[in-house]
Amino acid sequence: MNIGWYLVVSALIFCIGTAGVLIRPNPMVILLCLELMLNAGNLALVAFSRMWGSDDGQIFALIVMVVAACEVTVGLGLIVALYRRQLPVDVDELTELRG
Amino acid sequence: MKTTTYGWLILLFPLLGTILIGLGYKRLGQASGWVASLAIALAFAASVGALLSLLGHSDGHRELTSSLWNYDVSAGVNAKLQVLVDPLSVFMCLVVSGVSTLIHIYSIGYIRSDRGESRYFSYLNYFVFSMLLLVLAGNFLLLIVGWAFVGAASYMLISFWYRRTTATSAGIKAFVINVLGDVGLVLGTFFIFRHTHTLSLLGTFAAAPHVFAHNSTDLVAGCLLLLVGAFAKSAQIPLHTWLPDAMEGPTPVSALIHAATMVTAGVYLIARMHPLFEIATTAADVGAIVGCLTLLVAATIAIVQTDLKRVIAYSTMSQIGYMIMGVSAGAYAGGLFHLMTHAFFKALLFMGAGSLISAMGGEQSLDKMSGFRKALPFTFACFILGGLALSGMPPFSGWFSKDDILGYLLHRGGLFVVLGILGYAGALLTGIYTFRMIFRAFFGDPCAEAVELEHGHLHHAESGFNPNNHELEDTDVGFPGPEHNIAERNWTMMFPMATLGVLALVGGFIEIPGVDDVITKFLRPTFAGSRLFAMEPTTGNAWIGLIVGAVIAVAGVSIAFVLWIREPGASARLQQRLPALHTFLYNKWYFDELIDVLVVRPAQMTGRFAQAALDGGLIADGVTGSGTGIVRAASGAVRRAQTGFLRYYVALMIVGIGGIALYFLIAST
Repeated sequence: MNIGWYLVVSALIFCIGTAGVLIRPNPMVILLCLELMLNAGNLALVAFSRMWGSDDGQIFALIVMVVAACEVTVGLGLIVALYRRQLPVDVDELTELRG
Repeated sequence: MKTTTYGWLILLFPLLGTILIGLGYKRLGQASGWVASLAIALAFAASVGALLSLLGHSDGHRELTSSLWNYDVSAGVNAKLQVLVDPLSVFMCLVVSGVSTLIHIYSIGYIRSDRGESRYFSYLNYFVFSMLLLVLAGNFLLLIVGWAFVGAASYMLISFWYRRTTATSAGIKAFVINVLGDVGLVLGTFFIFRHTHTLSLLGTFAAAPHVFAHNSTDLVAGCLLLLVGAFAKSAQIPLHTWLPDAMEGPTPVSALIHAATMVTAGVYLIARMHPLFEIATTAADVGAIVGCLTLLVAATIAIVQTDLKRVIAYSTMSQIGYMIMGVSAGAYAGGLFHLMTHAFFKALLFMGAGSLISAMGGEQSLDKMSGFRKALPFTFACFILGGLALSGMPPFSGWFSKDDILGYLLHRGGLFVVLGILGYAGALLTGIYTFRMIFRAFFGDPCAEAVELEHGHLHHAESGFNPNNHELEDTDVGFPGPEHNIAERNWTMMFPMATLGVLALVGGFIEIPGVDDVITKFLRPTFAGSRLFAMEPTTGNAWIGLIVGAVIAVAGVSIAFVLWIREPGASARLQQRLPALHTFLYNKWYFDELIDVLVVRPAQMTGRFAQAALDGGLIADGVTGSGTGIVRAASGAVRRAQTGFLRYYVALMIVGIGGIALYFLIAST
């Protein structure tokens, strides 16, 4: 099968993830969308790995998964902290970084 | 013990006293006065030891130096902690520590009820240490250090009652003018050091005749700058205005600093630098002329002042004028002899004034005093002794010493004859103002306070007040204490006054022309190379001078007697007939106003201009303002990008990464 289809699917998933991060206000959903973007990258990596017949891309994909797991841990921790402080769970309300 | 060891001991005791009292004031309490007196008495004992030890050496070996360590040896500078023990410094040490001991003892009684007594004695010991450091200094560096220390000590003691605004401003005035003198001394030292390449005094004097031509420009400039230092310290025109204001300090301070010791530092400096002044004769002439002017101006002012302490202050200025004129003209022995006798009788007069002011409950105006003769018999006797010595009545000490200077001036000839005759005119004024003060305070109908005291009750003001502007004060720390102490009831005040009274009477007998010459003989080693020192009038001429001086003194006192005793209204009539002259003299020749217009106001205007234009305009708006402006504008631009919206950041990032990816894509094809 042509590698192009894999890349098209990967690009689609990445775009869905990006659109989700840009559009959705809920930080939980944003985290999910980030996962989508990362896994789109993983798909591309694995596809390329397959194309070249080398293991490097697959190892990269595994590392990305580990990093993604860490990122989710931190992100969920932040969200739990927001709940505990009874702050609005809405990224548009959390604008304390404004200069 | 070596002679120089005594020199170090002289310095050690007052320094120890200062530190001990300064750190242990809580434990010492009332005893601090005795500790301070003991420290100075030990310094006096060490001075006597130095004197005896010095007399054990032969004439040619009486200039001894000793140094503890080097501060700095580099690039031709050799700055040591070095003392010079020679007849001149030992003479000064004896006068300074001797009179200081008596004034310390007097202070114990005088300042008894004042809170802050320990602080007072700590300052007083520090002052004596500084003064002794100044006279013992073996090089220019230490001389400058002592010189500046003395100024600082004077500032602290004038402002001792630190809650009195008049006292603090007087202290600042004294300090500023003294610093001006310090600057003169330092710059003068540079002028001399440039050529002699040594800081040591003896080295400088040895090198001076070889490196300086007669009246060479640099040496004259250097000596004139030294004179600025001397004038500022010794209150000579035009740097004299701080001395009358310095009378804001406690009266024993006036006696110690502003009569007996500190103000004579200028006289000491000129005498010490005589090898330089004898080469730079122009500078010496300037010194003599300024001294003569000061003695006349101060004497005329003293005649009309009504504040008791200020009259004595102007008289001090006038007498220091004699000394400066004397040592500048070459009458070293005479000038230093007068320095000694003046220390005796002027300290005595100030002590008497302290007692008198206490009897008035703090009031200092002569207008309010009269008839204290019976109420204060001991103080009256002291005033008479001091007054007779000051006016130069035979056989009191002032008669011998003043006429020693004037006789020398007449003998030297030329310009100095004129100065000598003006000096005699000043002597006439001295008799008048001294006895005007005594007659007004002690004769006539007794004032209310005197009557009260005659009945055995010392007058007490209901509350403390500032004698200068009559503002009410409390008696807590920072203001004078509640008790007033008069000599008649206080042996610690009476003993020093009695001692000084005797000295004022007999102090002159050590140098009678044709009979003995203790001072001249003792000081000769210091002035061994001096051409002028040896130039003395013959015994006959000296006695003619003494007789003229006696006649003038009698005339002065008689004029005072006629004006203030025999015809009580005469002085008032005279004042009415010459109102312009009286106003002119009463306002002290408008020197304060002149300096105010010439120096103070331009300086203030420059300061205000600099603050508004330079500090406000150039620095704040220009240099720092433009810098912060750029940063602020740039940060404003960057700040607008920071909206705080998460999705905005994400969008920017995607656009950015996308843009970069696109760029590489295009670039690679």
